[in-house]
Amino acid sequence: MSDGALHLVVVAAGLSVPSSTRLLADRITDATIRQLRYGGREVDLQVIELRDLAREIADNLVTGFPPPALRAAIEAVTAADGLIAVTPIFSASYSGLFKSFVDVIDKDALTGAPVLVAATGGTARHSLALEHAMRPLFAYLRAVVAPTAVYAASEDWGSTGDASGGLAARIARAAGELADLMTGRPVPARATAETVVPFEEQLAALAVGRR
Amino acid sequence: MQFGIFSVGDVTPDPTSGRTPSEHERIKAIVAIALKAEEVGLDVFATGEHHNPPFVPSSPTTMLGWIAARTERIILSTSTTLITTNDPVKIAEDYTMLQHLADGRVDLMMGRGNTGPVYPWFGQDIRQGLPLAIENYALLHELWREETVDWSGRFRTPLQSFTSTPRPLDGVPPFVWHGSIRSPEIAEQAAYYGDGFFANHIFWPKEHFQKLINLYRERYAHYGHGTPEQAIVGLGGQVFMRRNSQDAVREFRPYFDNAPVYGHGPSLEEFTEQTPLTVGSPQEVIEKTLTFRETFGDYQRQLFLMDHAGLPLKTVLEQLDLLGEEVVPVLRKEFATGRPARVPDGPTHAARVAEATEVLEVAK
Repeated sequence: MSDGALHLVVVAAGLSVPSSTRLLADRITDATIRQLRYGGREVDLQVIELRDLAREIADNLVTGFPPPALRAAIEAVTAADGLIAVTPIFSASYSGLFKSFVDVIDKDALTGAPVLVAATGGTARHSLALEHAMRPLFAYLRAVVAPTAVYAASEDWGSTGDASGGLAARIARAAGELADLMTGRPVPARATAETVVPFEEQLAALAVGRR
Repeated sequence: MQFGIFSVGDVTPDPTSGRTPSEHERIKAIVAIALKAEEVGLDVFATGEHHNPPFVPSSPTTMLGWIAARTERIILSTSTTLITTNDPVKIAEDYTMLQHLADGRVDLMMGRGNTGPVYPWFGQDIRQGLPLAIENYALLHELWREETVDWSGRFRTPLQSFTSTPRPLDGVPPFVWHGSIRSPEIAEQAAYYGDGFFANHIFWPKEHFQKLINLYRERYAHYGHGTPEQAIVGLGGQVFMRRNSQDAVREFRPYFDNAPVYGHGPSLEEFTEQTPLTVGSPQEVIEKTLTFRETFGDYQRQLFLMDHAGLPLKTVLEQLDLLGEEVVPVLRKEFATGRPARVPDGPTHAARVAEATEVLEVAK
């Protein structure tokens, strides 16, 4: 395994500027980078605000291909050594913009990728959306999701930075898990689109032939 | 190098008038467009095949047979023939019948079809799309080359001592292209048989098709059909022209904005920048089309999509006049310049017959 800088990519789907979603993303990012540096690893960080790509994502849904800025974002996400995905919870699930972004990524492109899932919401009553929506989404993509998901409700922002069980503790635990996944994982073996099965094998698999 | 047009065959309301042509009007318009293509000196007319509204060309050989009877020179082709849901036995029969009636002016392009519900209407399942394309084409290929065929496969009843009739004209089957938007397996299939590979090209950025075409060229050489640059490549293109560039943009914009495929998405300007679409003067179309060679290498066939998005017949015919009179003559000249002699021309029946005869002579 290379000891070069690890590529950490953050996807934040907040809609206001500034957003609490971005705020949460930044806190998790800082904690993750701290953990990685503590382990002696350099980090190359890229933050993608989906709001900036909202039109491009809609265009991709319509045309089937990503415009240049979106293509760059997709390439960054799919090449990342670790991904922090943060969405606001809207109507009991991840936001439509967040899901649309995931929808335009190839379903095999995140296989084996370490992912930390996090969300923001107006009330703590939606916190399990991370477990019933975000985690299955990344399970479908065969990503490796950190055991701790981080949810921040409005009330969390007002609570004390108590490290024993509040938001700060969850962030620290999740960041540690992501850092471990990023440093511990083997070199990813993701399929490339240009892998081709020789034609004789394709024919043989069908048992096509003259009797 | 061959130049032509390909038609999807959609019935789409004209967004500027709100009027939707009847199926009858649209079918008559498509054949009028085909006749016009020959009149303005184009080499190829290709029709799509669809079995669901709002598309009309469900019976391509009927349509192409009608056109064959009223033309002398133009090659009749498809874009695409559904190799998944059609019985390969019927494709073999229909297209050799057409080949005889058209005195060899026929080739066809295989495609899978991406509309799930269509498959069960023909007793198939889209999840088997790729295996169907591979098995059915293997049979079609054999039916056109072997007098008597014994066959068993996964998707149709076995054949014993079957002879597909009529036999190909002059013993030379119609040339086959394989069209694909995404699948490297299809590029591999085209390379394996030494068939042509057609990149639809029009709705996606060029980088995507560059990979597929490079793969096809490489594998074409791997299978011993020639060098990579001798592989037979076709490309789609999409244009709207007026003498004055601004007029073209103004007139085409409502059609673009409401087009079934990309409408209500990117702006016309973004789409022209990111895909092969050109909206402008004939000179701009020439310049953009010439860049295709830089991207994909010297190639054999360029087809343009001209009748879609609800454009009225009159407008499409005007477009064909511009294409035939001002664009294609320049493209022919420019594409011929610097084209290495070892790069083959677009496939014709006459050339293929000559080639087959030569092979026989050598064998003697």
